[in-house]
Amino acid sequence: MSPVLEVSGLKTHFFTHAGVVKAVDGVDFAVNKGEVMGLVGESGSGKSITGFSILGLIDPPGRIVEGEIRFNGENIANANEETLKSIRGNRISMIFQDPMMTLNPVLRIDSQMMEAILAHEKVPKRQAWERCRDALGLVGIPSPEERLHAYPHQLSGGMRQRVSIAIAFLNKPDLIIADEPTTALDVTIQAQIIHEAQKLTSQTGTAMIWITHDLAVVAGLADRISVMYAGRIVEQGRTDDVIDHPLHPYTVGLLGSVPTANKRGERLFQIEGMTPNMLSLPEGCAFSPRCGFATPACQVPPSVEHVADRELRCYHPQSQVAAE
Amino acid sequence: MTDTALQSAAPAAAKVETPFQRFRAEFFESRIAATAFVILIIIILLAVLAPWITPQNPYDLAQVDVLDGRLPPGSEAFAGYTMWLGSDGAGRDLYSAILYGLRISISVGLASGVIALVIGMTVGLIAAYAGGRTEAIIMRVVDLQLSFPASLVALMLVAALGKGVDKIILALVVAQWAYYARTVRATALVERGKEYVEAAQCLGLSRSRVVFRHILPNCLAPLIVVGTVQTAHAVSLEATLSFLGVGLPQTEPSLGVLIANGFEYMLSGRYWISVFPGIALLLTVASINLVGDQLRDVLNPRLKK
Repeated sequence: MSPVLEVSGLKTHFFTHAGVVKAVDGVDFAVNKGEVMGLVGESGSGKSITGFSILGLIDPPGRIVEGEIRFNGENIANANEETLKSIRGNRISMIFQDPMMTLNPVLRIDSQMMEAILAHEKVPKRQAWERCRDALGLVGIPSPEERLHAYPHQLSGGMRQRVSIAIAFLNKPDLIIADEPTTALDVTIQAQIIHEAQKLTSQTGTAMIWITHDLAVVAGLADRISVMYAGRIVEQGRTDDVIDHPLHPYTVGLLGSVPTANKRGERLFQIEGMTPNMLSLPEGCAFSPRCGFATPACQVPPSVEHVADRELRCYHPQSQVAAE
Repeated sequence: MTDTALQSAAPAAAKVETPFQRFRAEFFESRIAATAFVILIIIILLAVLAPWITPQNPYDLAQVDVLDGRLPPGSEAFAGYTMWLGSDGAGRDLYSAILYGLRISISVGLASGVIALVIGMTVGLIAAYAGGRTEAIIMRVVDLQLSFPASLVALMLVAALGKGVDKIILALVVAQWAYYARTVRATALVERGKEYVEAAQCLGLSRSRVVFRHILPNCLAPLIVVGTVQTAHAVSLEATLSFLGVGLPQTEPSLGVLIANGFEYMLSGRYWISVFPGIALLLTVASINLVGDQLRDVLNPRLKK
């Protein structure tokens, strides 16, 4: 089966006055039909920029300088605006972080939803409206007909995120990019939203890239996990493998800092140091200054190594450490 | 799941208050604003109904009698009606002349305000959304325009174009569009950075749809405020031009022309010819401004209690 989306060697750089920010610097991954890929990383690791690059929504001074984004076999990196417009919201759609911000406050839910259909298909308004109503029903919104007449401020945060998810699924896209869709919600709503998303992807066979900084969220949701650090994917593999046997010291650190792994009263594990300044990345492996296992060898950037069906950028795989 | 959804839906359903009702309640909280609003409505009604409620048509020379000239308030005209506000030098009943003058002043103010708003709004939105060189060029033109006093720009234009309602509207539009452009651009720049715009782009909507359907409605609040204030400004600017003799012709007196007509009689004690049109102008401009102020307070979320 050929993947829905295949990103290879993607580099998105921002040419600012202060210098070149290599926000995404050589990212490779593939997402298959119906698969959920978790893209995990800290703030500023380039995970959102990766998402926007796929949709061709990088504003100057940023641009995609290198690499291919194959969507259903066709390279859409730096494709023309018309092609991208026909893909956005239609074949690839996006769910954003803050549902309070992503719905236009002055437009009713029905007009915002119908717009998404009518931008790509010529259908009678009545039919579009019915599809919106059914979509709201699918994401678990009670009495969808009433909700369609509401303005965003009349809905709660969880409801709005359901609406955003409904909009994302409206045109039955092949791929959905979800950019931290549960970060702004409280924990119980978060679980519901994840459940809805999971249900819909398995029902429709839509592939999904779930961008998050929270390993706990993707652990239960994603089929595969890619861990990003300073614009590169440092570790990639099946969710169970990555969670149970992290190989990269950074993944080990991330897993260690999930609160549930610690005893009560015990100090949380913390990765020493700060996320590097993207303007002046360390020589070689970007994580080496914070890494407890760094050796002089780390001054040379590690290339991607394939270990079983996993990919890794590190000279010091941590399998033994994690197994203890 | 259904529970939380129902709970969140309950308050929305219980509150029957529409956004407009809330807006109305907040607007009339201030007595001054409420009074100004009522006065404005009365003024507009008087202006609209002028032909039916005045004893004389001041534009119809057959009805104007020079022998009635400069009569003090309360005198009886030759035609038999009482001139409650007196008459001017040409024998026009001032009450009739003021109402007809209001008609002209308000319609000139509104027409120029609306045209300037549409032009300024479009230009400002394009500048904010396009960015780069387009924005730089547009905004430098706006800066250049704003560096001249509006009255000077209008004065020069009217002097060049000549008299007439259409010409004065054109002059006022040229003098004022830049204010709208600057306001809209500032708001649109803020709105443009918000996530819903990004989300709209992610839906694959066209540029014009994003700009006019998503960004524009969110810029309306400050635009309404600037619109009312600029309309008041347009009314007084027109009066200024007419007073200086470059605005509307003597045969179709606006408030400015009436004030100018009475100016020469001020020292001879015939105060009413200038003062009554002056009061009408003052009430009009002040009430529009007060309504505008209250609109700004109500529509500005930062001033919300």
